[in-house]
Amino acid sequence: MSAAKNVGPLLYRYVLRVGDLSLVLGQRLGEWVGRAPAIEEDLGLGNVALDLIGQARLLFSYAGELEGRNRGEDEIAFLREQREYLNPTLAEQPNGDFGQTIVRQVLIDAFQLELYAGLMSSADERLAAIAAKAVKETRYHLRYSSGWLVRLGDGTAESHARVQAALEQLWPYTVELFEEDDLDREMADSGIAPRLAALRVGWSQHIEAVLAEATLQRPADRPFSWFGKRGEHSEHLGYILADMQYMQRTYPGVRW
Amino acid sequence: MSAEPPRVAAAWHALAQLEDPEIPAVTLVDLGIIRSVGVDAAGVLEVGISPTYTGCPATEVIRGMVSGALGAADVGEFAIKQLLSPPWTSDWISAEGRRKLSAYGIVPPTEAVGSIRGLKGEERHMACPRCHSLNTECISQFGSTPCKALHRCRECLEPFEYFKCI
Repeated sequence: MSAAKNVGPLLYRYVLRVGDLSLVLGQRLGEWVGRAPAIEEDLGLGNVALDLIGQARLLFSYAGELEGRNRGEDEIAFLREQREYLNPTLAEQPNGDFGQTIVRQVLIDAFQLELYAGLMSSADERLAAIAAKAVKETRYHLRYSSGWLVRLGDGTAESHARVQAALEQLWPYTVELFEEDDLDREMADSGIAPRLAALRVGWSQHIEAVLAEATLQRPADRPFSWFGKRGEHSEHLGYILADMQYMQRTYPGVRW
Repeated sequence: MSAEPPRVAAAWHALAQLEDPEIPAVTLVDLGIIRSVGVDAAGVLEVGISPTYTGCPATEVIRGMVSGALGAADVGEFAIKQLLSPPWTSDWISAEGRRKLSAYGIVPPTEAVGSIRGLKGEERHMACPRCHSLNTECISQFGSTPCKALHRCRECLEPFEYFKCI
């Protein structure tokens, strides 16, 4: 194996951080199934959710092996406490209207595309393999969400106003995506993860381009105070977990 | 080139019969999902399968089908290994698979993933599988399975599916 052995417990937390972003966003998108504005979007959001949960499964299986306590993907996905989820706070923000969901999706798709592209050259072979698989799906997700952001932003006065408002509301959470903490630094120093500052360059380029095409204004960066990445979440995650964990907590050991 | 051991040939023969659970017109070998058959140092027959999409619900079904086929084929002890690297790509769909998809009414991927168009995420205009008109449009980037998108012919007005280039 690779460098992974020396950084085991840290790597476990890092893999959870990457996986929780996909899991929580996938769970959020799943809330649209059966109630999206059109059947094509019902399928679209549902398919993106499936890919995200698929990515989380691969990452959680790996996390379970790193942890070495014989926990499988289901236990890691469903039986942790709120403080143990390490997704950035943006992922758990409510769906709002379709426009708000699309804004959140563009912001995260563009981030995941850069993240997975960077992880493809990770010193950790397993993460590199998962990233190479996920990056292809993420590129497709970004095409879908960006296409909708352009249609809504450059659409009617009503759709433009709604997505601009959603952008103002969600923008402050994007700062956390690139805020490097000790774990991010340790992983980058070990060659396992890309530098977050480097990811911001590609992310900004894409976001600038799609906002310009969508005739939307990029909001100003403001100081942030969100720390979902270290387990300190907004009030919304608890409700997601209550829904998501209900079956496993009510019927321990239940199998599909 | 040395001939394949009979066990490997028998395994390939058994696996070649397996239809994709969601697109029965093509086999799992045609789609490039069954990637490899070999025998490891301990004499265990090892079959490598590559999932198309990480969230594809058919992945578990496929694993069960492969296991069942190998069990019935009497190939001795075997193991199924999930291969993530290199990741599955629509480029691995065989010429035969592409022909079968077309005949079934699903347009196969129009681009190689590494082509200039493929890299830019552009895809050429595809012909309607029914009337062959090039006057078609995409109506949904996602379809009934993770691997397909939905298009429509503006001439005969029929919708048709397109196997995504990924």
